[in-house]
Amino acid sequence: MRVAIASGKGGTGKTTVATNLAWVAARQEKSVVYLDCDVEEPNGQIFLKPIADWRKPVSVAVPKVDPVVCDLCGMCGEICQFSAIVCVGQKVLVFPELCHSCGGCNLVCPLLAITEVPRGIATLMAGHTGSLRYFQGLLNIGEAMSPQVIRAVKAEAPEAELVIVDAPPGTACPVVEAVRGCDHVLLVTEPTPFGLHDLELALETVQSLEIPCEVVINRAGLNGSATEEFCRRKGVEIVAEFPDSRRVAEAYSRGELASEKDPEMRDRYRSLLTHIEDST
Amino acid sequence: MKQLVVISGKGGTGKTSLVASFAALAGRAVLADCDVDAADLHLVVQSSLVSRNDFSGGKRALIDGDRCTDCGTCEDLCRFDAICSDSSTFSVDTIACEGCGVCVWFCPEDAIGFVDTIDGEWYFSETRLGPMVHARLKAAGENSGKLVSLLRTEARKAARIRNIDLVIIDGAPGIGCPVIASITGADLVLVVTEPTLSGLHDLERVIRLTSHFGIPTKIVVNRYDINEKIAVQAEKHAQKLGAGFAGRVRFDPAVTQAQIWGLPVVEHSSNGAAADITEVWNNLQEAFDEDEFYVSEA
Repeated sequence: MRVAIASGKGGTGKTTVATNLAWVAARQEKSVVYLDCDVEEPNGQIFLKPIADWRKPVSVAVPKVDPVVCDLCGMCGEICQFSAIVCVGQKVLVFPELCHSCGGCNLVCPLLAITEVPRGIATLMAGHTGSLRYFQGLLNIGEAMSPQVIRAVKAEAPEAELVIVDAPPGTACPVVEAVRGCDHVLLVTEPTPFGLHDLELALETVQSLEIPCEVVINRAGLNGSATEEFCRRKGVEIVAEFPDSRRVAEAYSRGELASEKDPEMRDRYRSLLTHIEDST
Repeated sequence: MKQLVVISGKGGTGKTSLVASFAALAGRAVLADCDVDAADLHLVVQSSLVSRNDFSGGKRALIDGDRCTDCGTCEDLCRFDAICSDSSTFSVDTIACEGCGVCVWFCPEDAIGFVDTIDGEWYFSETRLGPMVHARLKAAGENSGKLVSLLRTEARKAARIRNIDLVIIDGAPGIGCPVIASITGADLVLVVTEPTLSGLHDLERVIRLTSHFGIPTKIVVNRYDINEKIAVQAEKHAQKLGAGFAGRVRFDPAVTQAQIWGLPVVEHSSNGAAADITEVWNNLQEAFDEDEFYVSEA
């Protein structure tokens, strides 16, 4: 079973929910795989503290033009939708960071002057802690193509009883890439106007992918009624609430797992896990 | 014209609350909400919509079933698994389609069209603090970087026409495509961080990003009293990475209260976090006045 933890708004507690669920499941001796797909800012390892045992660069294919063969016909620039290759004057210029690796320029070149060469954009890392297997992608600074890296993280994941996908924030292509193919999505929100507004957007995204989803309210306490009312109206179930607590926030700041230290939190995560298992 | 961008690396550190307060303290500025995935600034600056415009991020392939001979060339060539075939009919998975046009180009029957997609909308609004451009990317929309660039162009245009010399940009979390689009060419980046190990990790990556693009950067530690030890660590670390220090903001329930009231924090109260934010703003003002951000960098 593959469960994605997502949210529209950043900082609502995706990683908190994802790491605690993974930890609780691993304690029950289930085979658990954790995929940190927030490749721009992966933080799962801060809480799960895996021992790294594997690394691999992620590279994408970008064009390389042989100037001796090229007759400057300009067809490569014509097919490219991303302005990653252009023919100007007496030269073909390649802008690798704009390239989507579709291979169009390579296919279209009548003189076979274009070859594809790998370009590193990120590093994958895997590690373990107990029965939990951890994977993350780390996008290189200055690179824009996080969806490719997310795809690479997901491609490495072995089968397991429970696969947890920690998704990036937002509602655009990186989130879609992370959530695609999952059996279930938990949307983490906080009961504030920003949290609610972004929950609405995130729900729309997940529903457009036709994946069953439920809501988790983090920092519950103040001002929750609007979120509850919204979920009722949309027919989305609120499956867990975690109370707003300064103690929890402080423990988080130190990189501690709430369910490891606090039996009450552990019980809450255990019942959330049971609920997910029963519903899929 | 000065362009101030507020970003964070990690999400939920308080970017939007700070931007709204800065706008209130500046009195007159153009606002650009460039967190196009999850734009929230309009919730705290009471805006009224002036115009609504479509945003097209690119194109999508569309197979004409009548002309398609099921040869499968498109499926063979597509690198994004966006061609679905069940038994003998081919169609395009519009979510997976990257809009590269390879299938369109190579279809031997010319059976694939290439149509503009509508990936969202962008808006021009008036607020009592100045004009605001903002957007809403469609669910699962593509090309947020292009939308951010469009918003920034519109914001600069509004600033020129109205003779306003400050543009305040609310950026997205992360370090990827929309973030890069929101910081390029800016005069100053303010990174909002929180004193947590996650915040610290993300702070380092986002400062490396701004220095990669050679943009002057300052940091502010929000909710610093959640963990003062890490707050100090963050400040020291930022300094080592070449970022300046713009101040600290304490943890204060008034920030969420202001959000519930739909107001900038500094208009909701005057002490606590509001006082801290005012001090941060004064520090940024000083920095602008001293012109220290007009030094061009290599």
